[in-house]
Amino acid sequence: MASPSTNVPAHDVAPEDLASVSRQTSVYVYEAPVRIWHWVNAAAILVLIVTGYFIGSPPPSMQIGEATEQFVFGYIRFAHFAAGWVLAIGFLGRIYWAFFGNHHARQLFYVPFWSAAFWAEVWFEIRWYLFLAKEPKKYVGHNPLAQLAMFFFITLGVSFMIVTGFALYAEGAQEGSLTHDLFGWVHGLTWNSHRLHTLHHLGMWWIVIFMIIHIYVAIREDIMSRQSIVSTMISGHRTFKDDRGD
Amino acid sequence: MSQIETFYEVMRRQGITRRSFMKYCSLTASALGLGPAFVPRIAHAMETKPRTPVIWVNGLECTCCSESFIRGAHPLAKDVVLSMISLDYSHVLMAAAGHAAEAAMAEAMETHRGNYILAVEGNPPLNEDGMFCIVGGRPFVEKLKEAAAGAKAVIAWGACASYGCVQAAKPNPTQATPIHKVITDKPIIKIPGCPPIAEVMTGVITYMLTFGRLPELDRQGRPAMFYGQRIHDKCYRRPHFDAGQFVEAWDDENARKGYCLYKMGCKGPTTYNACSTIGWNEGVSFPIQSGHGCIGCSEDGFWDQGTFYNRLTNIKQFGVEANADQVGLTAAGVVGGAVAVHAAISALKRAQKKTQDKVEG
Ligand code: HEM
Ligand code: HEM
Ligand code: SF4
Ligand code: SF4
Repeated sequence: MASPSTNVPAHDVAPEDLASVSRQTSVYVYEAPVRIWHWVNAAAILVLIVTGYFIGSPPPSMQIGEATEQFVFGYIRFAHFAAGWVLAIGFLGRIYWAFFGNHHARQLFYVPFWSAAFWAEVWFEIRWYLFLAKEPKKYVGHNPLAQLAMFFFITLGVSFMIVTGFALYAEGAQEGSLTHDLFGWVHGLTWNSHRLHTLHHLGMWWIVIFMIIHIYVAIREDIMSRQSIVSTMISGHRTFKDDRGD
Repeated sequence: MSQIETFYEVMRRQGITRRSFMKYCSLTASALGLGPAFVPRIAHAMETKPRTPVIWVNGLECTCCSESFIRGAHPLAKDVVLSMISLDYSHVLMAAAGHAAEAAMAEAMETHRGNYILAVEGNPPLNEDGMFCIVGGRPFVEKLKEAAAGAKAVIAWGACASYGCVQAAKPNPTQATPIHKVITDKPIIKIPGCPPIAEVMTGVITYMLTFGRLPELDRQGRPAMFYGQRIHDKCYRRPHFDAGQFVEAWDDENARKGYCLYKMGCKGPTTYNACSTIGWNEGVSFPIQSGHGCIGCSEDGFWDQGTFYNRLTNIKQFGVEANADQVGLTAAGVVGGAVAVHAAISALKRAQKKTQDKVEG
C-alpha cells in the first residue's frame, strides 16, 4: 500500500519519516553536462598532476630494451598531452554550457563583485568555517565562499594551466602549427621558456591546493551542512535535511 | 656609389675562381635552407650589387662573438664574407687604433649614411651615465646611438647585445641593457648565443647582403631559419629522452652510454639554437655531444635560471631559494595541515552538538 500523498511504499518508511518525506523537496541543480564535465575534468586533472610531476622529475632510468624499443618517458608525456586536450576541450564545453544551461551552470564563471549581499554571505561562510556561526545556511547552488574559491582556483587556475600548457605544447608542435598560432604569443611574454615551465609547474601546486580543500570541504559539508553535497554532483539533485528556513 | 666594388669583383680580385664562387653560392643557399633555385639568384646578386658597408662596434662584452666569427667552418665562406662586408670599422679586426680608428668610423658613417649595417657586439651599461663602458673617451651608449642613427639595419651579435648576458645577470650593478631597449627606431636582428655559431653569423650576413633585407624573424627578432627549433628537437640523444633513459650522476654508467642529460639540468628543451644541427668547430661536436648539458646560452636571462645542473631551477622571488616543487609542497603541506586540524575541530564540535542535542532533546 502506498501512502497517497507521497507515493512512498509504506513498508519502507517509519511513521516519523513520513512527515518529512512529504515536505522536504529536492532541487535539480547540476544538469548532466555539468556533472559529466565535473568528473571528466577531475580525472583529467589527476592524470595531469601525476604525469606533470614526472615530467619535471622523471622516474629512475629504466633499461627495458634499446632506446628504439622503449618509450617510457614518451608515454608519460603523451598521457599528459592527451589529458591536456581533454581538459581544454572539456573546459570549452563547460563554457558553452554556461550559456545554455541553468543558473547554476554559470556560477563557476563569475564573482558577483558589486553585490553587497554576496560579500555578506561570504563573510557568513567564513564565520561558519571558523566555527563562529552555530548553524550553516542552505544553498541551492554553490555556497558563496565556494563560488569565490572555484572562480580563482578553477576558472582562473585552469585557464592559466591551459594557456601555459598549450604554449609549451606549441614549442614541440613548432611554428606553423595550430597550437603555435593560437598560443605562441605567450612566449612573447616570458621569452626564455624555462620561465614558462616554472610558472606552469607552480600552477600545478595551485590546483593541488584546491583539490585538498575542495575534497575535504565537500565531504565535511556533506556531513555537517543542512543539504546534500557529494551525491548532488552524482545525481544532480540537491536535497535538504530539514524544513527550517535559511 | 660607383666606386664601391661588387662582391664578385672583390672575390675575383682576391684570386677566387668562378668555380669556387659558384660553390660558395650553393653552400650558402643550403646553409640558409634555400633550394637550388636560389643559387643563381645569390650569384646574380653578388655579381651586380655593390658591397654593403658594415660598421662593427663593441660595448660591454668578451669578444667571443668576433672570435667565433673569424673561425667560420668553411674557410672559403669565411674569407668571402670577410671581404664581402666592407668592414669599415671594427676595432678588433682593423689595424688602425686610437684617433685614426675613430676618424675612420666617423668617415664611414658619413659616406654611407643610411646604407650601412651596424653590427653590435656587447651592450651598453646605463648606470652612472654609462661610465662603466668608455670607448674612445666617451660612454659606449652615446657612440651606439650615433652609429644607429645612420644605419639601415642593426645586427645584435650574441647574448650580450640580444639579452644582456652575464653582465646583465642579477643584480646587474652596471645596468647592462640589451640594445633593443636603446635603439628603438631601426630594424634589429638578434643572433643570440654565447657566442653565436660562426656559420649562423656568416649565413645571416650573406642573406642580408644578397637579398637586401632581413631574413624572416621570429617573435623575439631571431632569424627563424637558425632559431626556429630547440636544441632538444634535433638532439641525437632524444631517443634516450623518450625512452626515459637518463644520466643520473656525472660519470655513471648511463653517462658512458650517452644517455639523455635532462636530469643533469640540460636546457636543450628550452633553448632555440642550431647547435644540434650545425655543431661547433667545423661541425666537430657541440656541448651535449661531449657529455655536458646545454646551458641555454642563447636564451634570455640564461644566467638567472638557477644552476646549470638542475632540471627544476630555484625561484628567488620567494626570498628563500627553492624550486617549484619545494615551494608547492610546502604550501600544500600547510594547507593539508590546516585541513587536518579543521577536520579534528569539526569532529569535536559535532560530537559536542550531538550530546547537547540529546540533553536538550
Ligand atoms: C573525489 C573527489 C571529488 C569530489 C567528491 C567532489 C565533489 C564535488 C561536489 C559535491 C561539488 C558540488 C559542490 C556544491 O554542491 O556546491 C563539486 C563541484 C565542483 N568540483 Fe568537485 N569533487 C571532487 C574532485 C574534484 C576535482 C579533482 C576537481 C578539479 C580540480 C573538482 C572541481 C570541481 C568544480 C570546478 C566544481 C564546480 C562545478 C560547477 O559549478 O560546474 N572536483 N565537486
Ligand atoms: C591542471 C592542469 C595541468 C597540470 C597540473 C600540469 C602540470 C605540469 C607539470 C608539473 C609540468 C612539468 C613542468 C616542468 O617543470 O617542466 C608540465 C609540463 C607540461 N605540460 Fe602540463 N599541466 C597541466 C595542463 C596542461 C595542459 C592543458 C597542457 C596542454 C596540452 C599541458 C602541456 C604541458 C607541456 C607541453 C609540458 C612540457 C612537457 C615537456 O617539457 O616535455 N599541460 N605540466
Ligand atoms: S640531452 Fe638535452 S637536448 Fe638532448 S634530448 Fe636530452 S634534454 Fe633534450
Ligand atoms: S648547446 Fe646550448 S649552451 Fe651550448 S652553445 Fe648551444 S645553445 Fe649554447
